[in-house]
Amino acid sequence: MLSLADVSAGYGSFRALFDVSLSVAAGETVGVIGPNGAGKTTLMRVISGLVAAVAGAITLHGRSIKGVPAHRIVAHGIAHVPENRRLFPRLSVEDNLKIGAFIPAARQHFADQLASVYELFPKLSERRSQPAGTLSGGEQQMCAIGRALMSRPKLLLMDEPSAGLAPLVVQQVFELIRRIRGQGLTVLIVEQNVQQVLDVVDRAYVLEAGSIRLAGTASELRNNDFIRRSYMGL
Amino acid sequence: MDMFLLEAVINGLLLAGVLALLALGLNLIFGVIDVVWIAYADLVMCGMYAVYWLFAEYGWPLPLAFAAAIVGVAALGLLVHLLIIAPILTSAPINQLLATGGLLYFLQSFATLLFGTDFRNIGIRLPIIEIGGIYVSYARLLAFGVALMGAIALYLFLKRSYVGTAIRAIAQDREIVGLMGVDQRRIYLVTSAIGGALAGLGACLLALQYDVHPFIGNTFGPLIFMICVLGGLGNMIGGFIAAFIISQIIAIGGYYYSTELSYVLAFMLFIVLMFIRPQGIVSR
Repeated sequence: MLSLADVSAGYGSFRALFDVSLSVAAGETVGVIGPNGAGKTTLMRVISGLVAAVAGAITLHGRSIKGVPAHRIVAHGIAHVPENRRLFPRLSVEDNLKIGAFIPAARQHFADQLASVYELFPKLSERRSQPAGTLSGGEQQMCAIGRALMSRPKLLLMDEPSAGLAPLVVQQVFELIRRIRGQGLTVLIVEQNVQQVLDVVDRAYVLEAGSIRLAGTASELRNNDFIRRSYMGL
Repeated sequence: MDMFLLEAVINGLLLAGVLALLALGLNLIFGVIDVVWIAYADLVMCGMYAVYWLFAEYGWPLPLAFAAAIVGVAALGLLVHLLIIAPILTSAPINQLLATGGLLYFLQSFATLLFGTDFRNIGIRLPIIEIGGIYVSYARLLAFGVALMGAIALYLFLKRSYVGTAIRAIAQDREIVGLMGVDQRRIYLVTSAIGGALAGLGACLLALQYDVHPFIGNTFGPLIFMICVLGGLGNMIGGFIAAFIISQIIAIGGYYYSTELSYVLAFMLFIVLMFIRPQGIVSR
């Protein structure tokens, strides 16, 4: 479905990604793990067009999406749940979800999609007319995921969905990811919470200092000595 | 209550309608694009000339002249964004202020060159209505009603439509709206056109009450800015409320003292309030 080949990217003269190659097949849930500053967020931003790739190829269903600006990417079926959620704090929960359905293809299905997001997140339905900035951290994460789902994506990019949440809420977020992948959506998820993310993904890549260091299935990585030592503290 | 005072209060209320409409336009542009159109009142002047020429000189029916003026000033708003703002969007705010300030002098000089400094009137004398001993100008009443309808239409557009929701969202996070498929440049163009259309509508309503001349923007331009700042720049509800406060001060001050002194009073109150609440009278 999605494939990156030797992608390099950065900000100005600073290079954050070096020759990164990865692929995500339809229906798969794939993780990218790595320490702070490894380039995980840049990787997500390159895919959704917020950061331009300076080299390499990015293809979706075999067609190049490299250089396509962010506002056109979503129409290709990619939705991005950004780092730190980035809700519109003074807009109501429902208006945040409405913006998620901005593209013409999604507007037609607004009512159905809204109902299914409220079914997935009943809390959001209760708080639909409340400003999004007044939600708790976990509820804001639900709203951010809901906003992305409103565009009816084929591929969901999630950037650190568990960051800054209480341990109990982190459990809920991972439970949600399990449910979302159960609905047949393809998911690419970036996380620092290695142990838990390996429980919900099929495969994962380890990104360090802007390069892919290791890749494998979830169980391979869980039993990998390097991963156990560096990321799980075992 | 004194009948004449009541009349002043009502006239102040009616004046506030058009000022509130223009403050909405200026606040909308500032809130979304983060640019202050210093020449906003001069776009109104252009609209008033459009009404004057089309109606009084070329004999178009008034509604058609109004529609043409609104569309024309909306197009002018688009041009202001495309030609002046867009090329310097990322540069320091002072440059944008200087550029739109330059536009103010350009438009005033251009109008002087084309039309001279004569005061021109579209020549419609709408009746004065008497309600229980209070005299109210029909033109003002009409202007107030239409301005209020314009404000409500804008409110519904911003609240109900997808583009309106995107306009409200973009001011809160310029980068992330792109992920939802919102093209920032398109939203800026739509906003500029709406801001222009509001100036055009204001021009129609003012043309019913005032003579047009190249410097008419100077008479109410500063008032509109004062209203916007008093309400909190970019805060549309605040600007709407501030328009009514300022108009009442001018109307009641004009009743007790003189119109000139009432403007002094309004600006003095403005300065005092800015010391007390520099963020504007209405908090978000």
